[in-house]
Amino acid sequence: MIKNLVFQCFDAFFLLAVSPLVIGIIRKTKARFLLKKGPSLLQPYYDLMKLFRKEVTLPDSASWLFKATPYVVFTFSWLAASLVPTFSTNLLFSRTADLIAIIALLGTARFFLSLAALDTGTSFGGLGSSRESLIASLAEPAMIMIIFTIALVAKSTDLSAISTFMISGQAGLRVSLWLALASLVLVAIAENGRIPVDNPATHLELTMIHEAMILEYSGKYLALLEAASQLKIVLYLSLIAAVFFPFGMATMVGGISSFFIGLFTYIAKIGLGALMLGFFEILVAKMRLFKIPNFLGAAFMLALLATVLLFVSRSL
Amino acid sequence: MNEYLLKGLLFIFIFYIPFIVLAKNNYRFIYLLSACYSGLGLLCSLSFLLSGQSSQSISFPLGLPTSGAHFKIDALSSFFLLIVNLGSFISSLYGIGYGSHASEQSRVLPFYIIFLGSMNMVLLAADAFSFLFFWELMSLSSWALVMSSHRNKETAEAGFIYILMASLGTFALLFALSLIAAPSKSYCFDQMGKVSMDGKLASLIFLLALLGAGSKAGLVPLHVWLPKAHPAAPSHVSALMSGVMTKVAVYGFIRIVFDLLPFQVKWWSILILIIAGISTVVGVLYALMQHDIKRLLAYHTIENIGIVFIGIGLSMAFKTYGMTAASALALTGALFHALNHSIFKNLLFLGSGAIQTATDQRDMEKLGGLILNMPHTALTFLIGSVAISALPPLNGFVSEWLLMQSILQSPQLPSWGMKFLVPSVGAFLTLSAALAASCFVKVYGITFLGRPRSMQSRAACETDRWSVLAMYSLAFLCIIFGIFPRIVIHLLGPVITAIAGTHYFPFSAKSFFMPLSLAVDQNAYNGFVLVLLLGIFFFFIMTSLKWLASNQFRRTSIWDCGYPEKSPDCQYTATSFAQPIRKVFGPFLFATKEKVICSEPWYPKAAKMIVKLRDQIWEYFYKPVAMAIDSISEKINFLQFLTVRRYLVLVFLTLVSLLGCLAFLL
Repeated sequence: MIKNLVFQCFDAFFLLAVSPLVIGIIRKTKARFLLKKGPSLLQPYYDLMKLFRKEVTLPDSASWLFKATPYVVFTFSWLAASLVPTFSTNLLFSRTADLIAIIALLGTARFFLSLAALDTGTSFGGLGSSRESLIASLAEPAMIMIIFTIALVAKSTDLSAISTFMISGQAGLRVSLWLALASLVLVAIAENGRIPVDNPATHLELTMIHEAMILEYSGKYLALLEAASQLKIVLYLSLIAAVFFPFGMATMVGGISSFFIGLFTYIAKIGLGALMLGFFEILVAKMRLFKIPNFLGAAFMLALLATVLLFVSRSL
Repeated sequence: MNEYLLKGLLFIFIFYIPFIVLAKNNYRFIYLLSACYSGLGLLCSLSFLLSGQSSQSISFPLGLPTSGAHFKIDALSSFFLLIVNLGSFISSLYGIGYGSHASEQSRVLPFYIIFLGSMNMVLLAADAFSFLFFWELMSLSSWALVMSSHRNKETAEAGFIYILMASLGTFALLFALSLIAAPSKSYCFDQMGKVSMDGKLASLIFLLALLGAGSKAGLVPLHVWLPKAHPAAPSHVSALMSGVMTKVAVYGFIRIVFDLLPFQVKWWSILILIIAGISTVVGVLYALMQHDIKRLLAYHTIENIGIVFIGIGLSMAFKTYGMTAASALALTGALFHALNHSIFKNLLFLGSGAIQTATDQRDMEKLGGLILNMPHTALTFLIGSVAISALPPLNGFVSEWLLMQSILQSPQLPSWGMKFLVPSVGAFLTLSAALAASCFVKVYGITFLGRPRSMQSRAACETDRWSVLAMYSLAFLCIIFGIFPRIVIHLLGPVITAIAGTHYFPFSAKSFFMPLSLAVDQNAYNGFVLVLLLGIFFFFIMTSLKWLASNQFRRTSIWDCGYPEKSPDCQYTATSFAQPIRKVFGPFLFATKEKVICSEPWYPKAAKMIVKLRDQIWEYFYKPVAMAIDSISEKINFLQFLTVRRYLVLVFLTLVSLLGCLAFLL
């Protein structure tokens, strides 16, 4: 109990500390592949510190909702991220929310962010939240099919239970899981607004989604929202790691050494994930907004195929 | 105790009608009386559900001469009594305030009382005759309420379609109940359906019940009247119709299919799941296309009733394959959602009523910025929006989570069709939840946030104290049921046990803080701990930001790229917000046509955009029927102008043909 509580607290703050680094790695990777030097790995930290120190400018038309949203979005994203098992399969609060609830927590964060975007009374905000709502609506069914596939294999939607099951090797080598993984990668890219769905480095109204929503934010509010989106990326990377590559995670029986092994493998997994994400982003160009339904439709189809294959393989 | 309460409910309903005549326009008195009446009903249902008594019945020498009228309260009807009376209690509170700024009260008041009473009576009726009588009374009184603003042309059309569909529904139920009653030779629910019947007859009865209850609840394709009729009534009545009357229809369906019919056939659940899945997605997509707040909320009713029926369908499916635990879980989800929907839909309708009172507008495109002038309405409406979008930590999420969990149990079903159908229904459910969230971002954002788009919106002021109280109490319930879902689970205990045979969540008194966890695979959701953690995290951020971050801020104008947008019309509107979704889903569902009329660049004029949506079901299903009836009636119209001799010949021929039929049958 005490050990799990310590793990849980450590987990929450560890994620908070490490999430800007992930963005740093992604940016650095992209820059190196483009034969540029790129900013330092720690640049996202400097950016956050700078934003915290700056004065906040509030638009005239903004209400209390605009001020409350950064806190809501950050709190919900942080909580969702801390509920995903990272270096250990037994976190104290994993029985609080299962995979469905974690995804729904992100949904609440998105809901408030979209509202805040409309609160500014600019057309930019509306544009961002309108597009975001389309992407979210299309990504959700694909996500539920992925959850369905995982739950069919692991007999649970509780992430700790899933990781424990996957570590035990009972799942074996299943084609369905690979399909689900591919689908989850597509969904994660769409949900986090990375290329090819959305470009986080742009401020052109033709291409903006997430950036358009937070356009009016500044100072500590912007810092909170940036941190929240970094946490979200880490959440999806941890989710992929915990479900599909759970090796090395500390389990119930392990002592202090297994804790360090778990931590080390987790950092390695996340770092590798960030590298791959950066590499993938330089290979593709941003796609048109109305191509996104096809992109997410492919994700849904993959997940559906995963479920169907499971049924078929079970009955044989 | 309960017997007295039940008698009280019945007697008051009969005896307080004269009060309407006495207190003709004293709306305060009438609404207070209604609130007391609903309070009594609440007391009755709660005491029944918590004490775990067996059912109580009374019979009166009214109604049919041979059998009399029977009334009974049992677990199922008492849970729905809770839904009905909770909704009507709050609506009556709201009505006290609403009455102070409404005209023509006498068009609303008498029917309002009859409407409340008849809904209660439908739930208590224990024989076919009184059930149908009160069912029809409920339809007619709500029709009168819809027609209360009869001078509006749209209202007249809505009322016409409503009365048609309601009659059709009652007709179907009449047949269904008669067919059940016929073999057992009794109209009393206790004796009905206890005789063996063959599968074909049972299926026919089931289809009729689905037609009757489905048309009242608003399942696709019987939903066409709902978005027209619900918004036409005064707001607190719309709330009752959407939040509560549809639940009475759900009750009727459950009563007939789970209680009166002796068994269930396997394909029924497949049909229900398909219809319900389509209803959820179609309902929410229609809602996204609307910019009239009340009509949009009415479309959401279709979506949520679809969700409830998904739960019912799942429960039936599990039941027919003998998986009682899973069946209990699905039914828990369905009934939980029915209660939730009645709470947040009431809240949102009351909110839209407050907006209408303040601005005289229902069109979102003319609103905006209300959050500054109407802080209480804005806050409660926000809570309702989060709840209806099935987002944690509020109550809407809990019931959808339960349904998702029961969908995850479906692989154990032996039938292949079910194995594939249920997950796809799950995908539909999530899609509709995600779209609902988009829709309420739209509603809330366009109505309450941004800059005011019209003078009325700029000059709006907060609504009266009674209405605010009503909205706050509903918002409070949304939060409480989200954090402590075990309260509702506990109340549902006897109902689930009565219908599904077991209760999924065994209850112990100390477990309000315990997670909802499933026995099978240990999946859990704990609203209380979730909110606690959110609070701790939030506290941590606030305190650390105090010494980490700068606390200076200033107000500036918005970033406009050097092109100042003077007019608030440059903001996003409801139509533009929904454009991406309209473009993706519209073409095949609504046959959308968008036309932009732009002037030549050398001769600038105002540009225009025309969006055309077609309700495909109306076009291809109802319109042909209406046209066929029209043309047939035109063709046989010549019968009106016959001579007496020819009429006599007609009568004679009819007699002969009837006798021929008799001879053929006997």
